[in-house]
Amino acid sequence: MEEKKYRWMFPHVKGTMTTAGMMRMVLLALLPAAVFGTFHFGFRALLHMVVCLVTCVLTEFTFEAFADRPLAVTDGSAAVTGMLLALLLPVGAPLWMGFLGGVFAIAVIKMPIGGLGKNRLNPALSACAVLMLAFPGYMKDYSFGTYGAKTLLGQLLQGQTVDPFSMLWGGTNGSIGAASALMLLVGALILLGAGVIRLRIPAAVTAAFTLTLFLFSGRGVDQLFFTTQILGGGFFLVTFFMATDTVTSPITSGGQILYGVLIGILAGIFRLCKVEEGVIYAVLIANLVVPFLEEFTVPKAFGYRKMVRVSQKRR
Amino acid sequence: MAHVTFKGGVFPHKRKRFTREKALEKFRPGRELVYPLRQHIGGTAVPVVAVGERVLEGQLLAEASGDISARIHASVSGTVTAIEPRMTASGRELLSVVLENDGLYEQMPVEQPVPWQTLEPGEVLRKIREAGIVGMGGAGFPTHVKLGVRNAKRIRYVIVNGTECEPYMTSDYRRMLESTEELVEGLRIVLSLFERATGVFAIEDNKRDAITAIQLASGSESRMEVRVLETKYPQGAERMLIYACTGAEIHGGQLPADAGCIILNVETLHAIYEALVLGRPVTRRALTVTGKALKNPKNLLVPIGTLFEELPEAAGGFGKKPEKFLSGGPMRGTELPTLQVPVLKTTTGFLCMSKNYQERPGVCIRCGACVEVCPIRLLPTKLADIAEADRQDEFRDMNGMECLGCGSCSFVCPARRMLAPSIQTMRRKLLTQGKR
Repeated sequence: MEEKKYRWMFPHVKGTMTTAGMMRMVLLALLPAAVFGTFHFGFRALLHMVVCLVTCVLTEFTFEAFADRPLAVTDGSAAVTGMLLALLLPVGAPLWMGFLGGVFAIAVIKMPIGGLGKNRLNPALSACAVLMLAFPGYMKDYSFGTYGAKTLLGQLLQGQTVDPFSMLWGGTNGSIGAASALMLLVGALILLGAGVIRLRIPAAVTAAFTLTLFLFSGRGVDQLFFTTQILGGGFFLVTFFMATDTVTSPITSGGQILYGVLIGILAGIFRLCKVEEGVIYAVLIANLVVPFLEEFTVPKAFGYRKMVRVSQKRR
Repeated sequence: MAHVTFKGGVFPHKRKRFTREKALEKFRPGRELVYPLRQHIGGTAVPVVAVGERVLEGQLLAEASGDISARIHASVSGTVTAIEPRMTASGRELLSVVLENDGLYEQMPVEQPVPWQTLEPGEVLRKIREAGIVGMGGAGFPTHVKLGVRNAKRIRYVIVNGTECEPYMTSDYRRMLESTEELVEGLRIVLSLFERATGVFAIEDNKRDAITAIQLASGSESRMEVRVLETKYPQGAERMLIYACTGAEIHGGQLPADAGCIILNVETLHAIYEALVLGRPVTRRALTVTGKALKNPKNLLVPIGTLFEELPEAAGGFGKKPEKFLSGGPMRGTELPTLQVPVLKTTTGFLCMSKNYQERPGVCIRCGACVEVCPIRLLPTKLADIAEADRQDEFRDMNGMECLGCGSCSFVCPARRMLAPSIQTMRRKLLTQGKR
């Protein structure tokens, strides 16, 4: 018999979830937002998606081929990065922006550190943040059709009063994927239902974000204000699809809650400082402290948490 | 509030329908039977028969060596043909007594046992020891040692493990259905040793018939109750079971007795009944012979020492090409090195899989699924990394020694990492170094 690495190979049955399956579910969950974006913003939105997707997948493929790594591009994680990046772009941005972002996400953020599972920062978000800082003129210009350069949230942050209703179903401007909060929620439900993400992080983010705004905005219970804050600036896209990125979030349940709370607070502070895309930076900052959060939330092993007691007969 | 389960765990496909309606059938073994002299935790038993000697069914083949050890008895009548090292299911060779079955099944005469009610606790324990009873759920710890705890008064619960949380396995379920009275009587015997204890039948809620049967049979017993537990793997692990039944958490360095509990497998309890009431030693056990490769999966009463290779025929032969043979269930079972190894007292099942799920392990995507399901609240992905890098001190600091080896982490891992095997390999390595 051939020598085996382990004497015990078990279990002999496996669960249904696989890495590639999870990635496919994420792509599927992004589909409603992507389809809506295409219909709403037109053909150019689709072009953005194609550019980002192809760039990310090809970059990873090239990297793996040249660095002589096992070919793992088929797991679909690069496709997810590409899709997320495209959904973060404003439709008016030049097409080379997606190309640049895709190359940056994969070749700078993801692959040099060791590829899938090793990157500290979320590739799509990092790329988006870098593009925003490098090309604010393009990246913050949401003008399209009859809409102006500013989103409703942007106008709100400038001190104007807006009606957030159109942000819910998507009759407004914004980045390609974030125009319709409803479509993103459908996607989030798909992910939750399939068990790909858990509610812990998004719930903590939303709670902490709302609380921060409530305490420090001085708006009291201004429903329109809060609705606009939550529906705008890609909040749902980032919270449900990027903050829940398994690679860059903690593995412990306590860590996940702290991570969500941290993102929520930071995003709230950024918004109070009138930074529309603040939630993107909030996630990236939280990404960096994940190892720290994990270290402090290692659960006590079974049998060490409480004193052993022999309980009386229970009924 | 009663705990009906523990936190964590997984829900593999049950696959019990193959055999759950199949009543236990007596199996007639072939010509050769092999009795490894160590089928238990503790010292290797010492053979008391010579090559060429004729033995009867139930006759002593090997005497226990020391207190933590167990006797081995012949399960058929025949001639001792060899006493030599033979391959066992674990892949190691062990000194074994080899019998040639003469097909007569001539039984060792048993004297009419005295009613157990008249026996002192010490005598009950002696009878259990003489019958060679060990933990038949897989652990193989000598039962007389387990029941012989120093301070019997601190035992508050005698838990009968009828969870059978391994997929495919149904032999405990059949025992509970078919030998209900015997099990209740067995528990009466054990409870006579622990005057302050309550007897608890712990059964998962997917075994409704067994629950009803036991409830009916034990209904008039003031010292017994049935605890219905959630169907979840690894509900049958001792520490999880104690938590579900009593709310007490014990760590890996403690024994159930530290939480005031004694845990006995259904099959073990049945063996206690047979020893005390019928005066019979352990010579056979209930075994689920199943798997998609078999035409007619069954529950069999198999004489200890039977070679695995004889079992498929009794289960209708192979309908599909078997790809993998396991001793035990698919979660915790071990792959058999060859089928020319014997059924032991601790063998719980024989699984012939028609598919060999072998996927290339990928890289961790830090999804935390393993952390979520670990019943011991460990961080399996980190422990596996540490184990693979052989960082021993860190492994201990991260409580790697606490791992149950239930395999839940590997079961859920989307990257198909070998988490549990890595951790268990490291754990065993450190255990053999004696540094706990």
